[in-house]
Amino acid sequence: MNKLDNSQVIESLQRKFGDHIHQITEPKGLLTVHTDRGHIIEVLQFIKEDERLQFIYLTDITAVHYPGSELEFMIVYHVHSLVHNVRIRIKVPLSKMDLVIPTATVLWNGANWMERETYDFYGVNFEGHPDLRRILNMDEMEVFPMRKEYPLEDPNRVDKKDLYFGR
Amino acid sequence: MSKITLSDAPPGVEGAGFFATRLDKAIGLARANSLWPLPFATSCCGIEFMATMGATYDLARFGAERPSFSPRQADMLLVMGTIAKKMAPVLRQVYTQMAEPRWVIAVGACASSGGIFDTYSVLQGIDEIIPVDVYVPGCPPRPEAILDGVLRLQDIVKNESLNRRNTPEYKALLEKYGIVSEHE
Amino acid sequence: MSKSISKISHNSPVLEDNDPQDDLITLNLGPTHPATHGVFQNVLQIDGERIVSGVSTIGYIHRAFEKIAEHRPFYQITPLTDRLNYCSSPINNMGWYLTVEKLLDIEIPKRVQYMRVIVMELARIADHIICNGILGVDTGAFSGFLYVMQEREFIYEIYEEICGARLTTNIGRVGGFERDFNESAFAKIREFLVRFPPVLREFQELFDRNRIFIERTSNVAAVTAEEALNYSWSGPILRATGVDYDVRAHSPYSSYEEFDFDVPVGTNGDVYDRFSVRNEEMWQSLRIIEQALEKIDKEPTGVFHADVPDFYLPPKEDVYTSMEALIYHFKIVMGEWDAPKDEVYQAVEGANGELGFYLIHDGGRTPYRLHFRRPSFINYQMFAPMSSGMLISDAIINMSSLNIIAGELDA
Repeated sequence: MNKLDNSQVIESLQRKFGDHIHQITEPKGLLTVHTDRGHIIEVLQFIKEDERLQFIYLTDITAVHYPGSELEFMIVYHVHSLVHNVRIRIKVPLSKMDLVIPTATVLWNGANWMERETYDFYGVNFEGHPDLRRILNMDEMEVFPMRKEYPLEDPNRVDKKDLYFGR
Repeated sequence: MSKITLSDAPPGVEGAGFFATRLDKAIGLARANSLWPLPFATSCCGIEFMATMGATYDLARFGAERPSFSPRQADMLLVMGTIAKKMAPVLRQVYTQMAEPRWVIAVGACASSGGIFDTYSVLQGIDEIIPVDVYVPGCPPRPEAILDGVLRLQDIVKNESLNRRNTPEYKALLEKYGIVSEHE
Repeated sequence: MSKSISKISHNSPVLEDNDPQDDLITLNLGPTHPATHGVFQNVLQIDGERIVSGVSTIGYIHRAFEKIAEHRPFYQITPLTDRLNYCSSPINNMGWYLTVEKLLDIEIPKRVQYMRVIVMELARIADHIICNGILGVDTGAFSGFLYVMQEREFIYEIYEEICGARLTTNIGRVGGFERDFNESAFAKIREFLVRFPPVLREFQELFDRNRIFIERTSNVAAVTAEEALNYSWSGPILRATGVDYDVRAHSPYSSYEEFDFDVPVGTNGDVYDRFSVRNEEMWQSLRIIEQALEKIDKEPTGVFHADVPDFYLPPKEDVYTSMEALIYHFKIVMGEWDAPKDEVYQAVEGANGELGFYLIHDGGRTPYRLHFRRPSFINYQMFAPMSSGMLISDAIINMSSLNIIAGELDA
């Protein structure tokens, strides 16, 4: 089998999805594409099941918060084609008002906890997820702590007085 | 020459065929040299505790041969590692399940003060929820430091009066933490 | 309820609908259960000794690594990586520096790369020693654990020669090491290569053909390659199922491509295979260290970092005497350096699997976003589903063989 490279991945993605794949870049050699919420599962399914591409291994799902921009949240998928040893990064921007994206657990069972973690940190709702609960933080927590507006330290603390820290 | 060293007898009056000392000194000696540790290991410090229990450092030399994983049969609670807020109620429950007299060692920076994890999810020192007798610094402390912490605790145990756990001061201390003694 | 019981494929008795015993018992295993070696909670529904279903709860030592990382300059993130998988901290340290170096496009001298390989392989051995030793303890063989732990202490001595710390090592700098390995460090590494093989061989002989151990572990928690890939497993437990995915061989970093080593794979994916894969990996690590020492001898001596004054902290004695060094020191410590705006994903083969660092940098003092792909977190999610139908005692050794490290699990 011929070795797969990034240009071939781009070509087959564009042939299949046309304009829904955009902003193609290769930071540090890792192919990065943007798509939208409506097509993310189709794209993932295509690259997973396509005989040529074989991106069968879901490396990671996470999110990034860009406060101030129109689409505040970016969901990032890292997928790996073990056969060809090619990685791809797929990004889906979402707005804060409508923070919903279909779940990838329909394709990989491993996506389950990755999505729960992303929900726990950023409050992204993965539609169709079998068990979308907090995973690392306490169930009683009301905020999504990885969003940029929340501080690192516990704001309710009394033990460390600002005076002693020169603040 | 035997390799076994005997611990020093407490001060007392010795005569032909008898030795008289204070009861709490004798009991303190016995307690101090047979402390049963309950390792409450959550993270990195727990790995160093494994080394402490291992052949090279051998905590068993100090009478702490038997790690007791049941709080009911333990004297010395060793809290090793970060205690997150999610974990705090569990730690408290383990502490209340221990029978008196009970002692606590906070091993490492996280258990003592939260360490480098000054974050929303980490308890800033276990002394926010349970009373602590000995703090061992280090991130993680070396096994020698953990041994030293145990030796310092032995000093406390040796010199503790038998009545201490019944005093109003002790009850007030527990009350401060909201812990009701099970022996009332 | 009885219907769900009759589905269990293993030799469990099928209960009749009106059987008074058909109620299940809820068992709360953890979060401080002595058999689980860490902070794991599983609420299990059990039918006698057999697990019917389970739910894992994690997060009991969640320390918000990713949030802290957004508030710390790059050098201050290394101590955080120490505390991810604290059984093999140097691999995490090196993985982080490799990520930063990839962002900054720094070329690392060959000698430094080989030194890094030595440290990482020592860490891998130290980690596998714990996992396999504990697996022995859980199956009732305590002495093997005591034998190999002695050698782990020796690895710690080597760490101490290199960096001064035992467990949370904080080894390295952007571009190389803080100082060269001294004579005694090299001597100890060579000594380790001589003294460890007989111990490892003895350890292996205690288990390899031990009837009790084989009965307890073979065909326990067997996982197929498809299942393992579906759950995004990586590391020794994935290789035990027969998939030869090893980041060191797949996407070599730190000159792993120059080394001659095998990637051991299993056939069944059961606990015994995982044990064997880890043992074999320790032999391979020894081979790699041996080759690395040979390669270092051919390189010019005294090179222990790349020439990148903008990112590599100047020697401390210069900081006190020279203005230029002081300025550089200040700039680097405060995070005032010119790093490009970019995003990087760098994976290394941690002791438990693919340890990934996803770094987004916006040119500020701290990373804009740093995400750790933590193998323990991803490997552990299959534990509860795969426990259904297992005996409790099998589930315990299954957990030991997954080698879940709480710090890495909860981040």
